[in-house]
Formats: sequence, structure tokens, C-alpha cells
Amino acid sequence: MMSTATSSRPLTAPSPHAPAAGGARRRSRSRTRLELAFLLAPALVLFTAFVLIPICVAAYYSLYSWNGFGPLTDFVGLGNYVDAFSGDVFQSAIGHNLIIVALTIIVQLPLSIGLALLLNRKLRGRTFLRMVVFAPYVLSEAVTAVIWLLILQPGGFIDELLRGAGLGFFVRQWLADPKIVLYTLFVVITWKYIGFGVILLLAALQNIPAELREAAALDGASPWQATRHVVLPLLGPTIRVWIFLAVIGSLQLFDLVWIMTLGGPANASATMVSYLTDHGFKRYEFGFGSAVAVILFIICFTFALLYQRYALRRDTEGAQTRAVN
Amino acid sequence: MRCSHKLSVAFAAAATLLLAACSGSGGDASANGPVTLTWWHNRTTEPMKSIWQSIADDFHKAHPDVSFTIEPLQNEQFQTKVPLALQGNTPPDIFQQWGGGSLTSQLSSGKLADITQASSGWIGPLGQAAQGWQSGGKQYGVPYQMHAVGFWYRKDLFATAGVTSPPSTLDELNTAVTKLKTANLVPIAVGGKDRWPDAFYFNYFAIRQCSVDSLKTAVEKKDFADPCFTKAGENLKAFLDTKPFQDGFVGTPAQQGAGSSAGMLATGKAAMELQGDWNPDVMQSLTEDKDLDSKIGWFPFPAVPGGQGDPNSVLGGGDGFSCTTRAAKACADFLGHLVSEDVQKKLAATGSGLPVHPAAVASLKTETHKKISEYVSKAPHLQFYFDIAMPTNVGQALNDAIANFFAGQGGPDTIVKSVSQAAAGNK
Repeated sequence: MMSTATSSRPLTAPSPHAPAAGGARRRSRSRTRLELAFLLAPALVLFTAFVLIPICVAAYYSLYSWNGFGPLTDFVGLGNYVDAFSGDVFQSAIGHNLIIVALTIIVQLPLSIGLALLLNRKLRGRTFLRMVVFAPYVLSEAVTAVIWLLILQPGGFIDELLRGAGLGFFVRQWLADPKIVLYTLFVVITWKYIGFGVILLLAALQNIPAELREAAALDGASPWQATRHVVLPLLGPTIRVWIFLAVIGSLQLFDLVWIMTLGGPANASATMVSYLTDHGFKRYEFGFGSAVAVILFIICFTFALLYQRYALRRDTEGAQTRAVN
Repeated sequence: MRCSHKLSVAFAAAATLLLAACSGSGGDASANGPVTLTWWHNRTTEPMKSIWQSIADDFHKAHPDVSFTIEPLQNEQFQTKVPLALQGNTPPDIFQQWGGGSLTSQLSSGKLADITQASSGWIGPLGQAAQGWQSGGKQYGVPYQMHAVGFWYRKDLFATAGVTSPPSTLDELNTAVTKLKTANLVPIAVGGKDRWPDAFYFNYFAIRQCSVDSLKTAVEKKDFADPCFTKAGENLKAFLDTKPFQDGFVGTPAQQGAGSSAGMLATGKAAMELQGDWNPDVMQSLTEDKDLDSKIGWFPFPAVPGGQGDPNSVLGGGDGFSCTTRAAKACADFLGHLVSEDVQKKLAATGSGLPVHPAAVASLKTETHKKISEYVSKAPHLQFYFDIAMPTNVGQALNDAIANFFAGQGGPDTIVKSVSQAAAGNK
């Protein structure tokens, strides 16, 4: 990405003194290079040291059976990868991540859009309501997890609330029933992250000129038609970015799960990262843990590339090329 | 990409600088002469944090050549930090060591100091407690306090339910469970979310079922094929079938909050819990009840009919330290100081564990702890927790299989198989 951007720049944006003598041009180009090196170097050094090198090292470790101590001697090739994919627990962990991804898009997206549309209208206490919706997002995942642990414990707030409302039959073992636990966690995730989607979409809504709605109204569109055919399409770029962030976040889900259930009971809420932690750090299988980490990286990276290519490109193209033309 | 060549040279240079800065300086301490020991321990809270500090200060006064840099770390951090440190060039000189299989795993780093010679003068009084910190007949660390697992119970709830004396056989335990249920009380609390409390049950059923030789062989070979382990699993199944635990026990944490298993016992919401000797401290932190000590009692895991294990064998482990090679001599001397009678008395008085030096038992804070200590000292066999005794990957695989069994998945055979499968490298 970066390299194409830098190399294509002189082509698309001709330098102001293009017809000038070769010497001046060369000097300015070398100056551009110097600026680039100067501005990019700190970020790239950090990126290399803390992202690229660790990824390569993890990929290297993943080819060994290694308990974290002593030299790497037991080369197993792709054995760790085979073990991971053939293990029931890892398969179900991937499944759990995919369930969370699907639920996030199916449930959180409409909910975020609805709330954003609602909070964009002029209503009493709007600022307060916006704050209420956004507040959970400010909490750290650890704090969220501990709060919800207390709320959801047997005989805790939720149980008493349901009983008080005459819904005692609805009380479940929220975190102890393997059939329910994943969905309980999803509710907590939604509570925590809904504010993020709402804030993004609210910002996007502010950018939609009121004239467009007015024009639609003049043309006889009902409020629903105006929302459906004018507002929603204009929210498209924001929604696509939100989906990208939500999917990546769901694939890397960890903190909440680890604090609330440790991936249990009986792995019913294990995610890829909780599985990784369980094996890498709790069992001292660092080679195997690295393999799981590499698998996770490949899944996220592939998704990111495909999504950029097919879903986000329209938006970025619109932003750059067309503006220039 | 035309700039890439120059840039990559710049990056290479920067990276080299960065690496040079990170690698730091190696140790240069010789056996004699002043040395500063870096000490990683897991007591991040008072009073033990200050007690370690004062013990180090005292040692420094008596041995001016030895100073300390103390770094208290959270328990969980040791899992990640110790492997990294032992791979690096500057591991701590003294670090928390729970012995058993993880000690053996750490040996392949080549950084652990063999203190067999250095400890020969003072390790005698520790007896079989010191064995957990040995590997291949050599001493690679020393415990400063031991732990033992048994049943903690509420005397008041036992009285309410009409249980007159603590159960000493499995039948009596089952009767007590029935009586407590009849009285609408939760008989036993267990912290199933954390998995290791579940493992205590399987461990104890195995200790009661299997002979000492079978236990030793099984742990050493990492193979639970001896039929007594399957039988232990069946006994556990029969026990679980009596439904002795609180509702939703697989989601209950062991020690966090009043809703945890320790909290349930502390607040009188459950009558028993199979836990370590540390439980009173944990319970006290979860309740306002200042009179808690008088309300709780302790009894050993009951005898199981037909078992070949000695009913007085005890499940436990301990907290200790290992030395790394850089300053092994000074470190070993310090460990000798930690297990000396005076320091042991000081540690015992805190009630954070059972002393390893017999002379310090009298300094224990409560009568209950004295009773436990006596029980442990008379035990014909001290079985290390299986998950600690075996290599970490095998121990955790066993714990997971047991926890799954508690959650209704698998059976005695899956528990037994999990050990040999993990030992064979299966994930």
C-alpha cells in the first residue's frame, strides 16, 4: 500500500516545476526521498520491531514442538497446524468466533443504526442518552467483565430482576450452562460495543446534508422512504468500516471471555485466542501456541485483504481518485 | 519502491541499535565479592510483601556482600515471565518455584542452579517436603512453606443439619451431604470455573484408591493406565451423581467475590469446600465476619472403602524458590536462611502456609493450622498435585479433562487417557 502510494505520486500529481532542468528535478526528488525516510522511519522501525519481526518469529516457532525453555530442537514441520485443525476444541473455538461474528453483524448492526437514527433526532435529553449509550464503550474489557460477572452470578442482579418481574422461569445458569454461555457473552459484548457503532454512525449522520432529506420530502418521499433510499445509502461507507472493525474484533475476542469463563465450561465459550492462551501459556506449548497465533493472523489478514479489495475499495476510490479528477 | 534500498539500510542500522540497546549487559558477579540478587516472588500484597523485604534486609545486615533487588509479581505473570527470562541473558537470581514438572521443564534452559551441595548442610529438617524440588536426585530449589488440601466446613451449618462429627469415611460424607440437602443447605461449594479445584477431587480419589507405588510410577511415566485410576474416576462419578455441589458450579470462580466457592463458605451459603490450607485467608477477605475462624473447621479427605491408598496420605504442594546459575552460591545461602528455624517461625506466624521446618509448627496462628500441619507431618505419603508434579502440558491436559468431566463431558476413561495422550504430544 505504502510503496504504491509513494511511487505513484509523482505520476498522478505532476510536480509544479516539471519542465525545469533535470538537475533541479533530481534535487527535489532526492529531497522528497529524504523527507519520506525521515517521516516514515520512526513508524516503520517500530512496526518492524514490534509487528513484523514477532510475526516472523512466531511463524518460525510454530514449526517446532517447544515448551519455551532451551533451544529449538524438535522440528515438527506443519505438525502443529495439523494438530490444531484436527482438534475438536480448536474447531469449536473457530466455530464460536464465527457465531460471534455472525451475531455481531445480524444483531448489533441494525441495533446501532436504529439507535443512531433515534439519537440523531431532536428529542429531550438527547445528549444524556447519547452519553448513556456510549458510556460502556469507555470501560475497559476487564472492568466490564468483572461487573457482568457480579450481575450474572447465580442469585445476582439479573436473576433477581427477572424474578421481581415475575419472569422467574426465565432464570438460567448464564455462565455455567454450556448451551447458553456463548450467547450470554454475546449480550455483554453487545452492551459494551454498541456505543462505538452508534457514535460512528451518528458522526456519519451529521455529515448528511439536511437538504437531501428536504429534497426527498418535496419529491413526496415518506420519512421511511427518505431514510431507506437517501440516508442509509449515504451511511454505507461508515457501515462498511464498522463491519470491518467488528469482524476483526470478534475474531480476536479474548479479554471478556478469559475473565468471565476462562473459555469454559467444557470449552463451550472457548475462542481462538483463549485456546491460544490456554495452550501457549498455561500448558507451556509455545510452538503449538505460535501455530495457533499464525492461523489466527492468517484468518484476520485474509479477511482484511479481501474486505479491502471487495468492500472498502469503492469507498477509498471515491475518496481519493475522484476528488483528484 | 525506488527508495527501498536506502530505506532498508537505514532500518537495518536502526534495528541493530535497538537490539544492542535491548540486549543489556550480562552478569559479572563472581562467587565471592559483592553481589546483588534479583528476587522475583509472588507476594504483591501485605503483610507478606513487607515480611520478604525485612527478611532480605536482615540477611543483608548479616552478609553485607549480598544485596537484593526485589520484584514482586502477580502469580499469573510467572507463567509468562519465567520462560522468557530463562531464555534471555539476565534471568532473576531467585524466583518463585512450585517444583514438580514445571521445574523439570525449566531445567532444559540450563539456567537453573544445582544446589545439592550448597544445601546439604541445612536441608535435612525439611524431610520429604524437599523432594518436590528435586529432579534426577538433584536439588534445584527449596520450599519455604508447604500446602495441604482438605475439607473446610462450617461448624454452624453442620449443627443445623444435624451432622454431629466431621465425616471420616466416604459413606459418612455422603450421609452428611444428604442431611445438609434435607436442611436446604448447599452441601459443598466448588470453584469449577477455575478447573484446578475440580482436580483436587480426582487427585484425592486417586490417592485413596491407588497404592503409593502406583501413584509414583504413574506420575513418573505420565501414564495413568493402572486400573486404580479408572476406579478412582468411577468413584468420582458416583460422588458427582449425588449432586453435592451448588447450582451452576462449573461457572463458579474459586476465590473472586462473595459468589465464589470460598465466598460461599465464608458467608455461610455452603457447608463445605475441598481447598488448600490457604482458604481461611481467602475467606476472610470475602466477608465482614470477624469471628470466622471460630466458625470453620477442617477434616482430611475421607477414607474410601476398598482403596489401596493410605487414608492418611495427603494431597498438597508448596511454595519455594529456585536459583539461577549467575549467583548460585549467594542465592543458596539465602534459601538456607529462609528455611532456618527463626525465619520459619516468622513465616508460620503469618498463617500463609505450613512451615517446612518442624520446629516452627508451634508458631502457627490457629489451632486448625496446627492440626493440618500435624496431619501432614504424620502422613505416610505427600502426593504433589498431579498438575504440578507432571510436566505442565500433561498436568493442564489432565485438569481440563477433569473439569470437562465435572461439566458432564467424557468419563473416567477420558480422564485417564488425557494423561498419556498429552505426554505423547497430542493436543
